[in-house]
Amino acid sequence: MAHDTHEAAHVDHAAMGIDKEHPTWSTYWKVAVILTLITVVEVWIYYIPSFTASRLFVPSLLIMSAFKFATVVLFYMHLRYDHRLFRVLFTGPLIIAMTTLIGLLFLFGKLKIGVGAIN
Amino acid sequence: MAHAATIDSTHDEHAHGGHPPTSTGLDHKKIAIWAFIGSECMLFASLISTYLIYKGRSRVGPYPHEACLPPVCATALKPILNIPVTSASTFVLLMSSLAMVLALAAVETKDQPKHTFGERLLGNSKLWLFMTALLGTTFLGFQAFEFTSFVHEGLTIRTNLFGSSFFTLTGFHGAHVTAGVLWLLTLLAIDARRGLGPKDALNVDLAALYWHFVDVVWIAIFTLVYLIK
Repeated sequence: MAHDTHEAAHVDHAAMGIDKEHPTWSTYWKVAVILTLITVVEVWIYYIPSFTASRLFVPSLLIMSAFKFATVVLFYMHLRYDHRLFRVLFTGPLIIAMTTLIGLLFLFGKLKIGVGAIN
Repeated sequence: MAHAATIDSTHDEHAHGGHPPTSTGLDHKKIAIWAFIGSECMLFASLISTYLIYKGRSRVGPYPHEACLPPVCATALKPILNIPVTSASTFVLLMSSLAMVLALAAVETKDQPKHTFGERLLGNSKLWLFMTALLGTTFLGFQAFEFTSFVHEGLTIRTNLFGSSFFTLTGFHGAHVTAGVLWLLTLLAIDARRGLGPKDALNVDLAALYWHFVDVVWIAIFTLVYLIK
């Protein structure tokens, strides 16, 4: 009985699909600081008229947003550390969703090849 | 022979924490939450697509990033999006993700001895669950403020294409945040009643995955709706 209680008191790594040990709180803090700094940069460039008028504005925002998205998914959602089946279950529908979104934007004339900006 | 198989099967069930082993060796609840999150990706992609397709096609103001001047609008209307307020709410949601991941880590390491004040603070799952729910509620407060100010400035879900697609997209997201806050409060109540330990880590992990997903959706919305002019 005591043995059973001891067994139950541990995290079931196999059932949770944890392949590698999850990061410690110091990693989580660093990720939070990086996410905050990127958000500050995003808002900062929004208020620079010369930059918002340039062709770099939209691509740089999209890159920063994608980086934040990937950081949260890899570190906070532990996709970097967990079973690859979870990666398939997430990235598969995500690719379908992104393809549909980009396809619809082309279809409705919101994206044009060579322009690369959302009008 | 059949008796032996039954005994083996029973033994195997006990070896897997009291439930029968799954074909993948992974808990079905965790597979289900990832499949659910995948389907939610497609839901939000459709809502974001709709917003982007309708962007710039409103015949009457208010507009998100441009002023609306007479004769298009009866009176001059400022750009309606409030970037400083939304930036603050974005920061709040990002910090709620940090609190959530600390709550999960606290539950996973509940049985480990804690000697210093810092270790006891980081190991306090009730504190981090409460902080996550509080920050989520603060985000909802920002959203309620934003929606109310928009209505006062003349933008409702029926005003124009921007209003319809904006309120639908951000309203759906707000509903997801509300569901997440309720889920967190339920976990907090269980933690207060009997305490959450390592054996509950999977259940907290499911809530954490949902909460982080709500966060990453907002990361996309903040850029695509608020920042890109």
